[in-house]
Amino acid sequence: MNGMYFERRAVPSRVMGLAAPVLALLAMMLCAVPMLRLAGLDPVATLRVYFLEPLSTGNGISEWLLKANPLILIGLGLTVGYRANVWNIGAEGMYTIGAILAATLALRFADGVHHWLLPAMMLAGMLGGMAWAAIPAFLKTRLNTSEILVSLMLTYVAQLLLSWLVNGPMQDPQGLNYPQTALFSESATFSPLVPGMRVNASIFITLGAVALTWLLLERSFLGFQLKVSGAAPAAARYAGFAQARLTWISLLVSGAAAGLAGMFEAAGPLGQLSPVISPGYGFAAIIVAFIGRLRPIGVVFGGLLLSLLYLGGEAAQMTLNVPAALSRSFQGLLLFCLLAADVLVEYRIRVRA
Amino acid sequence: MRPRLALESITKHYGSFVANDRVSLTVAPGEIHAVLGENGAGKSTLMKIIYGAIRADAGEIFWEGRQVSIPSPGAARELGIGMVYQHFSLFETVSVVDNIALVNEGRFDRPALAVRIRELGEHYGLPVDPQRLVHDLSVGERQRVEILRCLLQKPKLLILDEPTSVLTPQAIGRLFGVLRSLAAEGCSILYISHKLEEIRQLCDGATILRGGKVVGSVKPAAASAAELAGMMVGAAVAPVTRPPAVTGAPRLAVRGLSLQPADPFGTALRDIELAVHAGEVVGIAGVSGNGQAELLDALSGEVACAADRIMLDGVPVAHLGAGARRQRGLAFVPEERLGRGAVPGMSLVENALLTGHRAGLVRRGFIDADRAAGFANRIIEGFGVRCSGARAVAASLSGGNLQKFIVGRERSLDPTVLIVSQPTWGVDVAAAAFLRQSFIDLSRQGAAVLVISEELEELLEICDRIAVLFRGRLSQALPREAISIDRLGLLMTGVDATAAVA
Repeated sequence: MNGMYFERRAVPSRVMGLAAPVLALLAMMLCAVPMLRLAGLDPVATLRVYFLEPLSTGNGISEWLLKANPLILIGLGLTVGYRANVWNIGAEGMYTIGAILAATLALRFADGVHHWLLPAMMLAGMLGGMAWAAIPAFLKTRLNTSEILVSLMLTYVAQLLLSWLVNGPMQDPQGLNYPQTALFSESATFSPLVPGMRVNASIFITLGAVALTWLLLERSFLGFQLKVSGAAPAAARYAGFAQARLTWISLLVSGAAAGLAGMFEAAGPLGQLSPVISPGYGFAAIIVAFIGRLRPIGVVFGGLLLSLLYLGGEAAQMTLNVPAALSRSFQGLLLFCLLAADVLVEYRIRVRA
Repeated sequence: MRPRLALESITKHYGSFVANDRVSLTVAPGEIHAVLGENGAGKSTLMKIIYGAIRADAGEIFWEGRQVSIPSPGAARELGIGMVYQHFSLFETVSVVDNIALVNEGRFDRPALAVRIRELGEHYGLPVDPQRLVHDLSVGERQRVEILRCLLQKPKLLILDEPTSVLTPQAIGRLFGVLRSLAAEGCSILYISHKLEEIRQLCDGATILRGGKVVGSVKPAAASAAELAGMMVGAAVAPVTRPPAVTGAPRLAVRGLSLQPADPFGTALRDIELAVHAGEVVGIAGVSGNGQAELLDALSGEVACAADRIMLDGVPVAHLGAGARRQRGLAFVPEERLGRGAVPGMSLVENALLTGHRAGLVRRGFIDADRAAGFANRIIEGFGVRCSGARAVAASLSGGNLQKFIVGRERSLDPTVLIVSQPTWGVDVAAAAFLRQSFIDLSRQGAAVLVISEELEELLEICDRIAVLFRGRLSQALPREAISIDRLGLLMTGVDATAAVA
């Protein structure tokens, strides 16, 4: 028999661990070529619009960072949980509840100048995300339900809740019956870093979160326990690490991060709530976490890459009239290629003579 | 006579590691041929090559004088090669006949197959009821099913990989009878083992492997066990010394412990009574699956129960988790090294932290990397762990070296009670002797040591008292001097359970 086959490596390859995302990106672009051809587009030109043009202007860079911000923040939280084998798929819902809670404060204190309002809204956003994450945590630790299903389904509950609120209790009385809240006051919004561009100071908080997550996962004993319970649950039990506590921490941390990201978006580029407050950041952040190899620094790169895909999608939509669904297809394709490339971490390809 | 199987210069590389280096051997028709070697000597690789599960990089295989290539287990079976693996490959939830029907080539006719299983079983003294579900069978019976499954194919060569590691002494005797009658009918047998006495009793010829190379071919009956061991290890092994025990107060006491298993195929513990005193090593013998896993979970704290069922130094602890019990001086070396005793993908430093974090390696919630590395390095040096350094991942160590590391870690915590399960399973002879000695030494320093093992010779070598676990019940622990291997064997099959006290 001639041909190629996989042979298990004695030790997982570190080089491949880092190279896999790059390979996946290249493979994704290759797979995109026939897709674009079928759509009647020039692949090279389209990929240029996707990956290069968005970054050619100052405003483009601002938008790039702006969109990367929630992706990175949510991705960090998910990374903590995924390291512990706690599969929170519902960051989108936690993001939504975080935004709702923060908006409640913003609308309640709409008049006057309040320096405490933004920090209070950040706290509210985190608490909202944590409250939503507490539901799958409680059900998993008490009833052994799957956090994957519970957190995912709660996303739809959160989105419907938002839809009801902006059509009812939170609707702007002067809003001509549009389903949206009033615009937040100046005290309740982040001001732009550079006038005329939308990126704001919340990116520094995200940078702080990168450092905190790194400390937690790479230096703290709690992070070590999380990693052990993810890599070898029986070893965690053997060592006496409290499994339920680790599940709670994993979900609460990812909930807090997602909720804070929701607040950033509401108090940043949006400045109000409407039925749709996210282009799927909570789901894209899952890809971010994996592209980032479940490492805090990696998540930064993953977030920047996915943000670029969003921007490229918008640019392609505008200049080439490409359907918006193509962006989502590329996201999915990227994750697909990454999972395939990950085989090379554990296996090597051999050719049979 | 034309040999049934001849291997010529079989070589297999895994990266830079040479698992088999120009290995040659011949097996005659009707010969029982031993392949003897330590773990990692290349026995399993060689057998998998013969059975077609992996392919050699170089070398030739001759079957009844004809050169053949064996690309798959299916091809091996077609030639007439059968293999009984060390770890059984049976489906627990279906019957014996269904298990055999699944792999049996030819027509799918269960009633006829059941009749053949019965006939074949009677012919070879391997009685099995074809309709019974596999999870109801004892380990010995499961092995019979595996062997019958091979015999149905009318093999000309049967490979058995460490077949006695799970059997009682009496069951081993019966198995040898079966193998001898098979050989008398002309079936060749390749018998893989590291147990020297068995090989001397059973085998006509032996090929000894060390480090992937053939280091000798002997007639086992004509060589002494010490000679065989010397060839296998490449050096003389220091015997274990057991100074007389001076026992103190009970450090670990179990009182009337009964426990339903979490696993539906697990074994319920019934009314377990046990005391391990300061200064002694107590052994628990028995065939796996008689409640060992459940008892260990209960003792280690991975499963909690009513507080006063288990006492550490007189304090009830059975309601506490594993962490809290460790805080009180308990240490534990589990049977499963990768995945339970150590995290496969983590470095030795991180694996030292796993239970060693209590030894001042964590300060204010942060890991003290220097101290952790120092702790790991002391284990590596003190216990002679062969590895590329403290940053090597656990999965890269050989079984024996990882076990030395885990035992070293648990011992470094200065436990008052050490529980060890299958301490030398898959560990090479020299390392096993070293580990056994370390348990005795720890007990003589005032700790209580409890060893659960399937290897009777091991328990007889290191224990001061030995009890037997059978179907969830524990016999009284008898002094080493008052116990024989036959008596233990009977206890292990429940025959002597009530008479054990006498």
